[in-house]
Amino acid sequence: MASDVYSEYETRLPGLLLQRVKEEVPEKTGVRKIRAILDAVCEEYELCKSESGEAVGLIAAQSISEPGTQMTLNTKHFSGVEEMNVTMGLPRIIELVDARKKIKTPSMTIYLASPYNKGKREEVRLLAQMIKETTVEEISEQINVNLADQIVEIILDKERIKDLRLKPASIAKEVKRQISEKNVVSDGSKVIIKVENSSSKSKEVSPIFKLKENLKELVVAGIKGINQVLPIVENGEFVIKTAGSNLKKVLALEFVDKTTTITNDIFEIYAVLGIEAARYSLFEEIFSVIEQQGLNVNPRHLLLVADVMTSYGIIRGITRYGIIKEKSSVLSRASFETPIAHFTKAALAGELDSLSSITENVIVSQVIPIGTGLVDLYMNHKNKKVKDK
Amino acid sequence: MGKEFFDNFVREISFEVLSPQLIKQAATVKVVTPELYDKEGYPVDGGLMDLRMGVVDPGLRCRTCGGRIKECPGHFGYMPLARPVLHVLFIPHIYSLLRSSCKECGKVLITETQTENFEENLKLSEEEAGFFGKMKAVAKLADEVKNVQKCPHCGAKKEKISLEKPYAFLEAGRRLNPVEIRARLEKISDDDLAFFGLNPKTARPEWLVLTMFPVPPVTVRPSITLESGEKSEDDLTHKISDIVRINQRLFENINAGAPEIIVEDLWDLLQYHAGTFFDNSIAQLPVARHRSGAPLKTFIDRIKTKQGRIRNNLLGKRVNFSSRTVITPDPMIDPDEVGVPFQVALKLTSPERVTEWNLEYLKDFLKRGPKEYPGANYLVRPDGKKKKVTDETKEALLEEIQPGYIVERHLIDGDIVIFNRQPSLHKMSMMAHKVRVLPGLTFRINPCVCRPYNADFDGDEMNLHVPQTEEARQEAETLMLISTQMISPRYGLSIIGAIQDAISGNYILTKFLKEVKRSEAVDLLMDADVFDIRKLPLKKAVSGKEIFSVLIPDDFDYSGKTKDRQEPELIIENGKIIKGVMDKANLGEGAGLLLRAINKQYGADFALSFMGTVVRLGIAVLMKYGFSLYISDSEVPQDARVRIDKILKDAENATFELIEKYKNNELEAFPGRTLEETLERKIMEKLNFARSEAEAVVKENINKENNPSLVLALSGARGSLLNLVQISAFVGQQALRGRRIEKGFFRRPLSSFGRDDLGPDARGFIRNGFKQGLRPHEFFYAAMTGRDSLMDTALRTPKSGYLYRRLSNSLQDIYVKSDGTVRASSGIVVQFAYGEDGIDVAKSIGGTIDVHSIVQKVLSKGD
Repeated sequence: MASDVYSEYETRLPGLLLQRVKEEVPEKTGVRKIRAILDAVCEEYELCKSESGEAVGLIAAQSISEPGTQMTLNTKHFSGVEEMNVTMGLPRIIELVDARKKIKTPSMTIYLASPYNKGKREEVRLLAQMIKETTVEEISEQINVNLADQIVEIILDKERIKDLRLKPASIAKEVKRQISEKNVVSDGSKVIIKVENSSSKSKEVSPIFKLKENLKELVVAGIKGINQVLPIVENGEFVIKTAGSNLKKVLALEFVDKTTTITNDIFEIYAVLGIEAARYSLFEEIFSVIEQQGLNVNPRHLLLVADVMTSYGIIRGITRYGIIKEKSSVLSRASFETPIAHFTKAALAGELDSLSSITENVIVSQVIPIGTGLVDLYMNHKNKKVKDK
Repeated sequence: MGKEFFDNFVREISFEVLSPQLIKQAATVKVVTPELYDKEGYPVDGGLMDLRMGVVDPGLRCRTCGGRIKECPGHFGYMPLARPVLHVLFIPHIYSLLRSSCKECGKVLITETQTENFEENLKLSEEEAGFFGKMKAVAKLADEVKNVQKCPHCGAKKEKISLEKPYAFLEAGRRLNPVEIRARLEKISDDDLAFFGLNPKTARPEWLVLTMFPVPPVTVRPSITLESGEKSEDDLTHKISDIVRINQRLFENINAGAPEIIVEDLWDLLQYHAGTFFDNSIAQLPVARHRSGAPLKTFIDRIKTKQGRIRNNLLGKRVNFSSRTVITPDPMIDPDEVGVPFQVALKLTSPERVTEWNLEYLKDFLKRGPKEYPGANYLVRPDGKKKKVTDETKEALLEEIQPGYIVERHLIDGDIVIFNRQPSLHKMSMMAHKVRVLPGLTFRINPCVCRPYNADFDGDEMNLHVPQTEEARQEAETLMLISTQMISPRYGLSIIGAIQDAISGNYILTKFLKEVKRSEAVDLLMDADVFDIRKLPLKKAVSGKEIFSVLIPDDFDYSGKTKDRQEPELIIENGKIIKGVMDKANLGEGAGLLLRAINKQYGADFALSFMGTVVRLGIAVLMKYGFSLYISDSEVPQDARVRIDKILKDAENATFELIEKYKNNELEAFPGRTLEETLERKIMEKLNFARSEAEAVVKENINKENNPSLVLALSGARGSLLNLVQISAFVGQQALRGRRIEKGFFRRPLSSFGRDDLGPDARGFIRNGFKQGLRPHEFFYAAMTGRDSLMDTALRTPKSGYLYRRLSNSLQDIYVKSDGTVRASSGIVVQFAYGEDGIDVAKSIGGTIDVHSIVQKVLSKGD
């Protein structure tokens, strides 16, 4: 059986490569031929393997930075009308590599579960509206203040609430939850708030107006943090792009495809889906920038950066507070930034630098332990005598 | 690493705080006077330039080790301080020590149970986040202890201690003097120090208060003798003399029983000088200055920043045996060669050890001396003594030379040198070349290695280094030679490719030259240094493709794409071009698989020499048939002109229509966009569309037969069709930050337009071509975008430079271990196989293995 032949090679070839061979080999190929092909691929694979001691880290750093000098600084979306504003280019790469907790333009791509993804445009638009953070001001026609009775009256926009599948009662409940007033009732298409603590007979009117202003900003529907929504068609299905991000809440929605919906906020992915997901999305985010700039960089280099950043189970930035802080060598840390702080701390703790990485050995003019510096050659003096005879 | 076999290895460096005892022990002199020299200009005993602390004057000998200048490493001195002072760099640490310990019993202000918890906690946080995690835990402890009222051990009342910057500690409003502080720190037991992350063996807390001042060796602060014979002292010497002077006065005043206020004042002054000796940029303190007003550069200034000791001297070192000059192109030398001027070859030398077999050969160099090329500049004896070769010493040295000596001979053809152009952004910025000594004053390189260096010839300069040991030479040759660097580890394709003339020449050859007289063809090939012309068909007239095929090995098969519309496929069978042309898609850097395939099949050396021949052939073609640009290249016939005008009119009308719609509120906004944004986007779309329409018209109507401008663009040698359109049709919309131009005056970009004019003209649409000439406002708009892109470059360079520094600093110690895993030098596994499959990009084809062609190859073999 042909499949048995392939499984024989499982230990010798990476899965993806084996898969590609399977795809390339025509169906009715004899077992002997397949074996010959696989042997040839194995041979080639062995030739292509990276050599021991190769400084892959530095190569990755160079492969990202060298094209980095060609990247544009102020790119935000260029063509295409239906796009969200997202930071791109060098600033985005810096943001990712820094592992910034607050990114400039958080954005989500929400895929919809079937049947919603193939639904009508109008339906999708409504779904999108439901996700969007909605304030009282957006769903009301008017907010009236009745000073005499100390009443604030929200006259709701009937059409809008119907679109958003909201009910006056539920809005009233939500408003009540968020402000510290007890007398909040709904009446028809109105929400009436009776301000109770008119305790002070002072002629101060500002509290009630202040309440009115606060009410305007009150989020009563949608998901917090999602500021803008844009339903678009991508590969024949509806996708909602957003500005602002809240992965946890969005994934909880029933009409969302939980397997594909993503955000560009790495920390959110880390919090919701864990470190492996964060690692991969970090890689994908960097890769998408490089690709969008039309640069040719092998994904391996970006993958290595993502792996290094997440190798401790948390996301560490490539900064003096992140990865570099955790280097074991004092000299290595000191030579990057803030040398004085590192030296004083090292002295107090009595740290020992065992000269195990690059920078320290450069400082003391020794061979660096990488590449050809990893190997040494010794001659056995005893054997020399035998030869001399 | 074999360190166990040799003594001259640094194995470890430990960091400690100097104790007063150690300072005294390590010192050779007690410094007692601020004087430097006596009347004769001889260093004073017990002064700051005491000869026992080392020498900086040539001719003098160190009185401690007997070494001369450069031999003596320098020795410390010491000076007991009249009153202790705080070490400014440790102020925060002293603060946390004082705050968290009892002033009576010296114990940490936490209960026994807390202690246990803390120890556990400390261990945990150290495991988790290393030393800094520990420090964090300590800081947390200090925070907890801050509010303790009473010592849980001895019941003594705890007063609040505050730090008044820069270095005054106040306890309940009263200032603690360093003597008191030191006494308290002494009380803290060794066991308790663990709470603060201090190692009692290397840092007792009382050592942070200086009682003994270490005077750095003279070699650390050398004095400079000016031309006038006047001596100028180092900043540190000035600072130390301040300290010595004040210290003496303090001693005298205390001994004389001066009033407390005077003593305190002097004490404070001593603290100031001792503080600024270490750090001259403490906040809230006046900067110590020279008499001229320039701030003194003290210890920290020497270490810190890019110009400091670490980054400038320890990580970056100056080298000898190097040269720098302007580069110019020379297609006639091989890509792995570098043309070196005679003058340079006379100065730079390569050491060669004399053996009995090369004695006569090296004697020849010596005979010619330093002035005649190729000669020798130095002879090194086995004991390391270097002798300069001059016309006078030549004869004597020739007598003396024998096996074991080293001759430093002039650079000759074939020597391996390392060539570099800054900024050195990737490893291909430093490659090894073979020397080719040439007349002229510039370094010469083959234009096809411009790419990896990112060099051009508008005045670029490059550096050349001559390796000085056999190991270095060998390593350069096997790891850095151009042929080993051809495949970029960034994308797995050839980074060395034809550029400019080499591309357009071969394009013309393979596309237009259908019939070339055989004699002419032979001429071309000879010009390209191809002498094996058996492959050239024995016909009266041969085609360009047949000429190019001569360069290709007989058993080479290839199929790929070209940029050409008429011949989009390139097919090579049995070393002959069957179909297709040579252009950037095949010969260019980083594009196409042709170069990669040749490299794979015939090896890097062949690929490189192939590249060299291709370059020469391309240039030979242009030389033979001529190639030049004309203004008429960009001329379009009248009817095309009319069509372009119509395109312009249409686009402008469409824009006005949109504006009209917008004004009448008939425009529908895109979802998530405002009306204005929608309008802008629609207009941009219309105007940009106009340019692509114009491009089609120009392409159709331009004089196509051998139009050199078109050849340049279509072959990919330089420029694009867009450039041509901007010359002959119109320049088009100028975009600033992805929008039309809107900034400038109040509600209008330029004062020659009305307010809120949204029309194409007012918002940076240029309706003229470069040939017609731009109107003033159009010129201005073009300048605006030009300036913006200049700014962009200027701002981007330092940003990406910093990114590179950070990336390389944090990833530099990551390597593939012998078991195939990717690890950091600490041993932590980053990946189990590099890139998850272990494939080295530089050995792959475009980052992967070409499974398809392997399968095809095996299948086609038959049984």
